[in-house]
Amino acid sequence: MRESRSSELVCLMCLITVLFTACVAPQETNGLVSSLAPGDVTTKLQEELIKAKPGAVIELPEGKFSFDKTLSLTVDNVTIRGKGMDKTVLSFSGQKAGSAGMLVKAGDFLIEDVGIEDAAGDALKIDGGTNITIRRVRVEWTGGPKTTNGPYGLYPVTCKNVLIEDSVAIAASDAGIYVGQSDQVVIRRNRAEKNVAAIEIENTKNADVYENNVSDNTGGIMVFNLPDLPVQGGGNVRVYNNRIIGNNNPNFAPKGQVVYNLATGTGMLIMAVRNVEVFNNEIRDNNSANINIVSYLSASSAEEIKNPNFYPYVNSIYVHDNRISGGGKDPDSRLPKWQALAQATGKPLGDIIYDGIVEPVNGKPGAVADARVCLRNNGEITFLNFDGAGGFKKMSRDSKPHDCSIPALAAISLPQTAGTSEKSGGGM
Amino acid sequence: MRGVLMAGFALFCSGFFLSCNLIQGTGVKTFVEEPFPDNLSEWRLFVKGGASLKPNQNVIPYDLNTPLFSDYAEKHRAVWIPEGSSATYSENEPFDFPVGTVIAKTFAFPSQENDGNEKLVETRLLVRAKSGWVALPYIWNEEQTDATLEVVGGTREVPVKNSAGVWEKIRYNIPNTNECAQCHAQSKIMLPIGPKARNLNRNYPFSTGPENQLVYWTKIGYLSGAPSPDKAPRAAVWNDPSTGSLNDRARAYLDNNCAHCHQASGSAGYTGFLLDLNERNARRLGYCKNPNSAGFSGDLLYDLVPGNPDESILIYRMLSTRPKEMMPEIGRSIIHPEGIELIRQWVASLEGECE
Repeated sequence: MRESRSSELVCLMCLITVLFTACVAPQETNGLVSSLAPGDVTTKLQEELIKAKPGAVIELPEGKFSFDKTLSLTVDNVTIRGKGMDKTVLSFSGQKAGSAGMLVKAGDFLIEDVGIEDAAGDALKIDGGTNITIRRVRVEWTGGPKTTNGPYGLYPVTCKNVLIEDSVAIAASDAGIYVGQSDQVVIRRNRAEKNVAAIEIENTKNADVYENNVSDNTGGIMVFNLPDLPVQGGGNVRVYNNRIIGNNNPNFAPKGQVVYNLATGTGMLIMAVRNVEVFNNEIRDNNSANINIVSYLSASSAEEIKNPNFYPYVNSIYVHDNRISGGGKDPDSRLPKWQALAQATGKPLGDIIYDGIVEPVNGKPGAVADARVCLRNNGEITFLNFDGAGGFKKMSRDSKPHDCSIPALAAISLPQTAGTSEKSGGGM
Repeated sequence: MRGVLMAGFALFCSGFFLSCNLIQGTGVKTFVEEPFPDNLSEWRLFVKGGASLKPNQNVIPYDLNTPLFSDYAEKHRAVWIPEGSSATYSENEPFDFPVGTVIAKTFAFPSQENDGNEKLVETRLLVRAKSGWVALPYIWNEEQTDATLEVVGGTREVPVKNSAGVWEKIRYNIPNTNECAQCHAQSKIMLPIGPKARNLNRNYPFSTGPENQLVYWTKIGYLSGAPSPDKAPRAAVWNDPSTGSLNDRARAYLDNNCAHCHQASGSAGYTGFLLDLNERNARRLGYCKNPNSAGFSGDLLYDLVPGNPDESILIYRMLSTRPKEMMPEIGRSIIHPEGIELIRQWVASLEGECE
């Protein structure tokens, strides 16, 4: 008896809920879930984003929806959820105003299971937020690599606690996944292809980059600092368990972009940064070099080096226990520096190449050991110290000066990943 | 009885609020929290619409020395402050306005058929609510009798006379509230942009005769703590050489057209390219500065190449109307040749060389 009564009650509640939901849900937010009907996404999504209250979940249906200007969000703690990165597609191919496809200036932001296509500028830009999660999001320029494509795909800048996972970035004219001037970052299990740079960690502290598939870009994973940005001192970056294979797609960045000078066929670039640990990766068949370790001096003018907030050298770089092969077979002949280098060395250039530029000590040249560029247990690799400061005069293929080790860096733990099991660090 | 009368008025007035306010003789009504009114008329800021938008009592019109370019729109600015309170003067920042303050900016375009008569497109309110500043975009109806709150903004085809004197139809973008914040947020806090000492320090033709705006605002109790105008900063008028040197006018133009984002706490602060009037660091002003992560820049290397406008990304982006590269990113749909010419001359006048 009691049972039947309670089930009646549940039933009644069901009915009420169903009725209520059917009538009200499409427009109602109320800090809860709102679902947009397919016919309403183009016309109503921006309004939903503006009127959203913290805690709102905006569900998007299957379909391809067109927008002619930037979609923006400034409310904290909002979730946008589609039905799949290939099923719910926000298309900006007809964009007439605004640079970004989607622009988020809010914290506690989660977006998942959405595709963002053909933004005029950056596909998904997130500026200054804390606790940012991007999960199973695809950003793509559907015409393939083109100089006119937007620069960045997934683009958090000046953010804290950033998680980008299980996402896809295709054909960005700068970087498919770019994290800039941020702190505490995890980038895992993503796929990046046909971008100029697949993944960039720029002026960013404390990042773990792992289990990503990075192939057929101009360059794979870049870890570096640039001068003249307000946030300096990026570093403490671990790159592990990634596949960085055959990134030989011709560079299509607009001239003038920093990445225009990225050599086609770069597996990893480690530049002007301290404390980077690269381990357990498969890095092969990147035609300029599998790993290029350089100071900013090799890349730019002396004037910028004078900037007191900018550290132009590399220091404490530990590359160990990777499977590395087939690098430097066909260095980029488009860039004069690389052409000259290839002429001076012959092919292959090398799996791991290093400019050998060490921070001076008391005005005198520093010793090789001071830079602590350590390479260990990477198999039968070819190495080249190309003497970037001396104009390739004292080049060396001897990697023995770099047979050293550095204590492992700590794993990054984010509020978003708390409770999930993290792969343990590498180190010794 | 009074209620009945008011109701009567309300009925009588619906759709015809303009003369109605005169009948009622009521002043401005402010709203400091949600819900904000759907109709602009409910604020009672204006007593007449259409071609001659007349401010209600104590709604004070004002002008800026150098404004933001907005597709040649006519902009009518006005401020209202609740009785018994006043804004606090600041030398460099926007004044600190009291809760209840309403700043109104009405955008109008001249009518092509009837040159001289203008058509109101939108009135943007910036309201100092209890929670902070709130941006409320109201779009005028065809009849020009009232404007409706549209948080999502909109677009309108409007006629503009370009610099060559030729009429063209443009697609004018009415910003949504997030786009308002894109320019008005400093460190994510909404703030006014225009009402700073350096912009307001000029004469305005008040009904009582021309008078310095800082003096007038102080006199009517709208502003406290202001020094005499000669002790307050004053930005140059961008197109009036009698008000400042080429450098002064160019920097005033950049201050009001770029620095709302390109300042340390603005939404482009992360670029390190900063253009507010008080910036003195050459590299931050763009001298030989590589933009690093700024996207499209016309194959050019530096934000600003002294002596060489054609090599400066600054000019390139002012010249563009492509969404991915134009600057400002929003707020205009056509270029401003006169402003570009000023900045070209300024860049050409700068000395130095990039490697």
